[in-house]
Amino acid sequence: MEILLQQIINGLVLGSMYALIALGYTMVYGIINLINFAHGEVLMVGALTSWTSIGIMQEGMPGAPGWLILFLSLIIACVVAATLNFVIEKVAYRPLRSAPKLAPLITAIGMSILLQTLAMIIWKPNYKAYPTLLPSEPFNIGGAVISPTQVLILGLTAVSLGLLMWLVNYTKLGRAMRATAENPRVAALMGVKPDMVISATFIIGAVLAAVAGVMWAANYGTAQHTMGFLPGLKAFTAAVFGGIGNLAGAVVGGILLGLIESIGSGYIGKLTGGVLGSHYADIFAFIVLIIMLTLRPSGLLGERVADRA
Amino acid sequence: MKQNKTLVFAVSAVALLVLPLILQSFGNAWVRIADMALLYVLLALGLNIVVGYAGLLDLGYVAFFAVGSYMFGLMASPHLTENFAWFASMFPDGLHTPLWLIIPMGAALAGVVGMLLGAPTLKLRGDYLAIVTLGFGEIIRVFMNNLDHPVNITNGPKGIGQIDGISLFGISLSKTLDIGGFSLTSVTLYYYLFLALVTVSVIICHRLEVSRIGRAWMAIREDEIAAKAMGINTRNMKLLAFGMGATFGGVSGSMFAAFQGFISPESFSLMESVMIVAMVVLGGIGNLPGVILGAVLLSALPEVLRYVAGPLQALTDGRLDAAILRQLLIALAMIIVMLLRPRGLWPAPEHGKALTQVK
Repeated sequence: MEILLQQIINGLVLGSMYALIALGYTMVYGIINLINFAHGEVLMVGALTSWTSIGIMQEGMPGAPGWLILFLSLIIACVVAATLNFVIEKVAYRPLRSAPKLAPLITAIGMSILLQTLAMIIWKPNYKAYPTLLPSEPFNIGGAVISPTQVLILGLTAVSLGLLMWLVNYTKLGRAMRATAENPRVAALMGVKPDMVISATFIIGAVLAAVAGVMWAANYGTAQHTMGFLPGLKAFTAAVFGGIGNLAGAVVGGILLGLIESIGSGYIGKLTGGVLGSHYADIFAFIVLIIMLTLRPSGLLGERVADRA
Repeated sequence: MKQNKTLVFAVSAVALLVLPLILQSFGNAWVRIADMALLYVLLALGLNIVVGYAGLLDLGYVAFFAVGSYMFGLMASPHLTENFAWFASMFPDGLHTPLWLIIPMGAALAGVVGMLLGAPTLKLRGDYLAIVTLGFGEIIRVFMNNLDHPVNITNGPKGIGQIDGISLFGISLSKTLDIGGFSLTSVTLYYYLFLALVTVSVIICHRLEVSRIGRAWMAIREDEIAAKAMGINTRNMKLLAFGMGATFGGVSGSMFAAFQGFISPESFSLMESVMIVAMVVLGGIGNLPGVILGAVLLSALPEVLRYVAGPLQALTDGRLDAAILRQLLIALAMIIVMLLRPRGLWPAPEHGKALTQVK
């Protein structure tokens, strides 16, 4: 029972990070119908930037409390990631908005490789130990443990989600975003500037990704230039799982995926008598996705849209 | 015009035949690059059927490459006889499957796997299809990595080694062949084998493109519902596209296994699938010369650059080594080419063709 509770906690933590990343994918997809392959790399850049800035701050102001350093570096990471994603969109996606559909996908893949390579050149390819800035004594809940970092992850996710929901549902920018997602041309006729909305979407997505990246690095204690790939892939799966283009779907999909993965990998060894081990964890996501999409091709919360000819 | 075309054809044929002989004098490494380029051309041609003709974005194509490789690896290496006693008693000399069996078997197996993987994705379209095929690719790779226990089939991350080379008409391609004082190295012999395969594939692809099946695929690509209304059995045609595309991957994979003599799951990463898609799209989706161009450019050019990267590495204090530079250039090429020519370097002249002909 304690094991199950522990797996649920781990799953929630993992899932909330997936949810944050998945939101970035789903918002971009909802507005310009593009799989932003470079999204995972934005996460990676966020995490590595925070690693560098933590190093500088720890040297520059010794004695500063850990939470303050983490908070400041989180903000720096968000700013850098947002700028980066803004530039990526301007350079690689905007000129191709009316091009054949595969063209921006290829530039996105190219961007992803480019960023990974540049990060490897800048930060060198070794694994970097991410400093523990928060107290490491875990809290005990009914036999299961949860570390302060994990609590922070859950809290930050909740806050980010709340802010995002407010932004999308109650502000002028949010209305413009929803309108652009619905129909960019008509939205433009109504006085919405699609270019500005798209830039804003990329910036918001990048901030969420940077938060997830910093949390990811803090939780697992390492950062490296390839760290964005797998979370990016899983989060995209989560976005599709929940119904791509749908914000609530991304959150539900992300959290469900996290739970499935952690519970599944916790029990698969026992269930199959050791034949299948937890190294199969990485494929749960895809198996679930494939089953899901065969049964309900538009995702969990996705609307059934008529095919556009 | 007609004569001109024949001339171009003859000249390029001769050039392709002579190329390895020239490269050979610079060293076998250069011929190897040409060999790998040809394998990639084979892969790109296969993927072009799925993505280019039928318009189904497949991001897990490397799975079929892997299936072909592993099939060859298991059929022509000591791995199975070493691990299974009953197997060793069945084939006391070890299993050495000849080429004539390998190619059809690799093609058939990959084709079947292609259709099996294609079947659940029939209802999906566009990006959903992309992510599901990507998932399949990853699943196959994870299985290859982990199927070393409880029963050792793939030997896990260690991979399968000691794979037989190919011999053809009693000539082993893994040894240098001497013909009247003129020696052809092993890589050159492989080059000719691969060139023959590519030539056959190009002919098959071209015939498919202009056939009823090819037209049906393109109709599905342009508008699936309209295609259905025109009486095309879209389900069967899509499955056929997956199967046909996969066969090329399977053949290419088995050739890769024979050529390398060693395979491990590392060669079949998602990056590889992405590279093949990039080759097809960069070259010119749905257009055979374009696809070939894309495959050659993306596979050979970075390797060539590797040889000139030495001075640069010294210049940048070791941070920019050859592999990094290669990746950097691939990424930049993908972005810049797409920005300048969104329909590829050598796009298909398909759109508006009917219109100009009517006039």
